[in-house]
Amino acid sequence: MAKTVKVAVEEQITSSNDQIAAANKAKLAEAGVFSINLMASPGGGKTSLILRTVEVLKGELRLAAVDGDVVMVDVEKIAAQGIPVELVNTGGDCHLQANMIANILPRFDLNSIDMLIIENVGNLICPAAWNLGADKKVVIASVPEGDDKPYKYPAMFRGADVLLLNKIDYLAVQDFDVEHFKRGVEALNNDVEFFPISCRTGEGLDAWYGWVREQVKRKKA
Amino acid sequence: MHEAAITEQLLELTLRHAEEAGAIKVTRLNLVIGEFSSVVGESVEFYWEIMAKGGIAEGAELHFERVPGLLTCLACEKQFPMRDYDGHCPFCGEVRAQVADGDQFRLESIEVEGPEKDGKDG
Repeated sequence: MAKTVKVAVEEQITSSNDQIAAANKAKLAEAGVFSINLMASPGGGKTSLILRTVEVLKGELRLAAVDGDVVMVDVEKIAAQGIPVELVNTGGDCHLQANMIANILPRFDLNSIDMLIIENVGNLICPAAWNLGADKKVVIASVPEGDDKPYKYPAMFRGADVLLLNKIDYLAVQDFDVEHFKRGVEALNNDVEFFPISCRTGEGLDAWYGWVREQVKRKKA
Repeated sequence: MHEAAITEQLLELTLRHAEEAGAIKVTRLNLVIGEFSSVVGESVEFYWEIMAKGGIAEGAELHFERVPGLLTCLACEKQFPMRDYDGHCPFCGEVRAQVADGDQFRLESIEVEGPEKDGKDG
């Protein structure tokens, strides 16, 4: 009988993805591109947020987007705003991975982009495990989803740098305890930046635009 | 679910380390998975059977060490599982808490068989 030996590994399971993510990050940094990995449930407001942001900021910032999806619908909406946008067809996969971003980056002229918005697949569980190499992980939760989401899906909120609570115009018609929600998020993530917004009414979005401007400025510095 | 992609990465990592060690067979993987990394073990095992087939890691046993997601109360400093947290510490009722444990998502070690050595002391 052959002798069994134990070999120490001590690596993250997704370490090969992390390596590609690090290369993506370096490539974007070299061109001075600020990037976000935008994550939310289906219908949380990812595309609405992108459309709003592009509408307001395209005059002052050179924006571009990557959309992880299986259909062109959202890409066409974003392209109609006149910014470069590419579809990463995940073929039904529930999340984007770093190699998909690595494959799509050559299609952009990175030196003429200030900010790259990567719209992840609509899902609150899987995307959290996969680094893409973006500067910031931005998670959108929305009021109709309920105030228990950080308690039910801790992983997504654990890794977020920025949390947008969308559809706050629904607060008037729904039992949603903002403090309860916020406590759940803060327990998981002390440093998260929190913006309550409504993509429909525009409420709270000025603070988000201000954050974006500041991040782009820092990246260029 | 994303367990197929996770299993793919796990197999790649396992084979890299097995080859570096000159192994001819991988018998066991020791994984440490925290509650905050949301991986379904049964699902990884299912994909492992399919993906590892025909290679040196076929049939390897996957051992999951599960680490619960723990919070620490910022007032009384007691620890409790995330699932017991409803926005208040179950011991003192304080609202502020922070994560103490549960982020693990790693392959700690693999157990392998080396080639049979020639000679008497092999």
